[in-house]
Amino acid sequence: MLLRHTPKEIKEREALTINPAKTCQPIGAMYAALGLHHCLPHSHGSQGCCAYHRSMLTRHYKEPVMATTSSFTEGSAVFGGQANLLSAVENIFALYKPDIIAVHTTCLSETIGDDVTQIVSKAIEEGKVPAGKYIIHANTPSYIGSHVTGFANMVKGMVKYFSIRTGVKDNRINIIPGWVEPSDMREIKRLVEEMNIQSIMFPDTSEIMDRPQTGKFEMYGTGGTTIDELRATGDSMATLALGHDASVPAGELLDAKCKVKLYDLDVPIGLGATDRFIQTLGEVADVTIPDSIERERGRLVDILTDNEQYFYNKRVALFGDPDQLIPICEFLVDIGMRPVYVVTGTPGKYFDERMRKVLESIPEAKFRQGAQADMFLMHQWIKNEAVDLLIGNTWGKYIARDENIPLIRFGFPIMDRVGHSYFPNVGYMGAIRLVEKLMNALLDKRDREAPEEKFELTF
Amino acid sequence: MSVENKIKEAQSIKDQMLGAYPTKTARKRQKQFVVNEPDQEPKQEIQANMRTLPGIITQRGCTYAGCKGVVLGPTRDILNITHGPIGCGYYSWLTRRNQTRPESDKDVNFMTYCLSTDMQDENIIFGGEKKLKKAIEEAVDIFHPKAVGVFSTCPVGLIGDDVHAVSREMSEKTGVNVFGFSCEGYKGVSQSAGHHIANNQLFKHVVGKGTTCAQGKFKVAMLGEYNIGGDAFALEELFKKCGITVVATFSGNSTYDQFASAHLADLTVVMCHRSINYVADMIEKKYGVPWFKVNFIGAEASAKSLRKIADYFEDADLKAKVEKVISQEMAKVKYELAIIRPKVEGKTAMLFVGGSRAHHYQELFREMGMKVLAAGYEFAHRDDYEGREVLPTIKVDADSRNIEELHVEPDPLEYRPRKTKEQMEKLAQRGFEFRDYKGMMPEMDKGTLVIDDINHFETEIIIEKYKPDIFCAGIKEKYVIQKLGMPLKQLHNYDYGGPYASFEGAINFYQDVERMLNSRVWKHIKAPWQKHEPLAAVFINGAN
Repeated sequence: MLLRHTPKEIKEREALTINPAKTCQPIGAMYAALGLHHCLPHSHGSQGCCAYHRSMLTRHYKEPVMATTSSFTEGSAVFGGQANLLSAVENIFALYKPDIIAVHTTCLSETIGDDVTQIVSKAIEEGKVPAGKYIIHANTPSYIGSHVTGFANMVKGMVKYFSIRTGVKDNRINIIPGWVEPSDMREIKRLVEEMNIQSIMFPDTSEIMDRPQTGKFEMYGTGGTTIDELRATGDSMATLALGHDASVPAGELLDAKCKVKLYDLDVPIGLGATDRFIQTLGEVADVTIPDSIERERGRLVDILTDNEQYFYNKRVALFGDPDQLIPICEFLVDIGMRPVYVVTGTPGKYFDERMRKVLESIPEAKFRQGAQADMFLMHQWIKNEAVDLLIGNTWGKYIARDENIPLIRFGFPIMDRVGHSYFPNVGYMGAIRLVEKLMNALLDKRDREAPEEKFELTF
Repeated sequence: MSVENKIKEAQSIKDQMLGAYPTKTARKRQKQFVVNEPDQEPKQEIQANMRTLPGIITQRGCTYAGCKGVVLGPTRDILNITHGPIGCGYYSWLTRRNQTRPESDKDVNFMTYCLSTDMQDENIIFGGEKKLKKAIEEAVDIFHPKAVGVFSTCPVGLIGDDVHAVSREMSEKTGVNVFGFSCEGYKGVSQSAGHHIANNQLFKHVVGKGTTCAQGKFKVAMLGEYNIGGDAFALEELFKKCGITVVATFSGNSTYDQFASAHLADLTVVMCHRSINYVADMIEKKYGVPWFKVNFIGAEASAKSLRKIADYFEDADLKAKVEKVISQEMAKVKYELAIIRPKVEGKTAMLFVGGSRAHHYQELFREMGMKVLAAGYEFAHRDDYEGREVLPTIKVDADSRNIEELHVEPDPLEYRPRKTKEQMEKLAQRGFEFRDYKGMMPEMDKGTLVIDDINHFETEIIIEKYKPDIFCAGIKEKYVIQKLGMPLKQLHNYDYGGPYASFEGAINFYQDVERMLNSRVWKHIKAPWQKHEPLAAVFINGAN
């Protein structure tokens, strides 16, 4: 047993987090910044933060993750990191020539109280920022919220620095996709295009975190939201913020700053959330939902009605981020499954409110958010009453192996399989892929373990 | 190319790199390049263990990573608690591939657990000691460990939490050996500071506490072997075949009791000099156990290291056994090389990684008939480049002064010189060297380029200029280099292969590198129409 010291008996903990279902803010800020065109994320802190975030994002995407650090030493920790950031800015523009440097802070620079706004002003005053180049920033103290908060804060920073309201509205819709894969961002854009709607997506990591092999290394890739697009977000007719934690804060700021109407939606994972996304798009843009999309939906519903028996009453444990857990649990309930244990380290009451509703029909369900809502606790719940399926990131494989539960890899990070950056989980097609994965997981186990006389050719 | 031209070319590449930097940056950076001329007198000097320049895309990590991740990470029965916000514990959770093999299913293995105090803003404002105490209490209550390590992250030092006082208090309260590490990320210029801090605390709180160890005629402690991909497993097996008992490994596949009894060995051998030489030195001073450097990366190097160990013990049976093992193993190695060498001979490599790997792995490339064009370390010091003879001339700067130097005296009860003065002199007379590390530069060809703490900008330039066939570095560099259409061999995690240590490991490495160099996948980058290749199929027109 790999997790042989996890006892069945649950004791409430107050101080210790074991096997967390979250990580810290800066990595989210780094991922968000990678979704801007020709942007170099910069970590203002010790160089280990940057190394850890780059390593983990690299393991997940198998792509270059370019980012810089202020490389604090004891001196900078005592006297402040201004000198380090100024010299970083100079080196970065000289060597790597990005259009944007996106600075995020760390627990170190936040604890000592570095004022990044002031340092950036100084860099501009001293002529360290070439004409037409920009530095944006987000405060991302690691001791508040989680990696999702960091993502949200950097997206807010994009609005804060770039969105402008000229007073002339255009017919575009802003889409803040939340912390999803480049494949998901592509799929969302495809659905929007299918409806003949003009949109601006920010951030957009497609063509950056899923780059083709060309034999040439390109520092920034060809994708990402451009500065012009970010500016134009202030004139769009509406913002669809997908995900309450990762996207809504930026949507709210855009509404406050430029009066762009905000629609607070779930990430379109599964049937219900995709329906709401498509319907909202149609209403906001005043377009009729095209037949092609209805047919996509129909294919999803068809696979569900054909295979309903395999999902019915199956008990599922999940860990991950609220923005994903809410719609995926809704989908599991929609297809007859029972999401019985759900944990997220990302704190926030919104999760509780939504989960109470989503899991209304599952009285035995336990869900929890915050510091001690960790994988250790979820594993203890499983030890007390088993589940049929586990859904979460790569770390779930230790529990899956010990308890002989199939694992569906979902969320961040996935460090031991590929596919997530290429095949979407969002939209009707994404839901079909999820159904395929659910069935494979359940039926592979059944095939592996069925007695010979019960081994079936056809399902 | 003649050596003179090679030197000229290397010089011009160096100038091109420096030319692109802002003046201040170029001034700081220039001493971290050497166009290698090992026969030059006085010997060439490289600047290393210097601050990384902000903004240049370094490979380096932090002090916490060196301490908690590298040195303490591979030990399975010390319960490691990270005191800080959640990230540091999360990123160092099972990510370094140090394998471990508890004796049975029932034996302790905490490596699959990530424990953190998950500090929140109120802990930063009002202090985190109370939470840390509670967390230790909860951890001891759940896991019943014999030892607990507490690792400080950046904010801990800044807000003044005293992890050492808390550890002492909790040791008394729980009866478990609890010890703290002041390994805040900013403490040094790289992981290296963290290694030193880990060495110091292990020596202070663990080494010497044991009274028994594995028994055998030839007892060694193996330092600086972290069992990536099972390297330590391969070495344990090799030593067993030779009749050598490994009392302790620092820290691959290790236990707390092994650390505690490391001083009971009769010899300390050091694999990774950079990360652990401090412990070797302190064990010698306090307990009288001599140490020397070994290298089990490379078949020839493995044979040489085994012979040196046998030579040290001055035992005819051991020498005979070692020779027998070497000849058996070398037969397999030669068989494999005969197949592989013709497929890779003359190909070129570059290694920019770690604090000893960039040196050790050159052995394997040499055995394959490949050439190393350039190399450098990520976090080593001058002695790892130039040899330990330069130690007295290394200036202690402000960053190094942060790290405590333990003052160690011979232990009044346990100091026991393993060799008499006369024996040591006799060994010295016939050229036997202790505390010997010659460093990387003397073993590299004239005209090769040595770069310390290479960054992304420089990496792109040297690849463009030298066009090596394979590049060795780590995960962050892996897909950057591979986008150039060439393979990168990861020497931190071995691309999930290995072991690469010992004779068996050498064979694994030859096979892996040959596969990477000659893999068909690299040939598909251009589509046929981009290569203007005619279609293989013929268009059949109508009824014809």
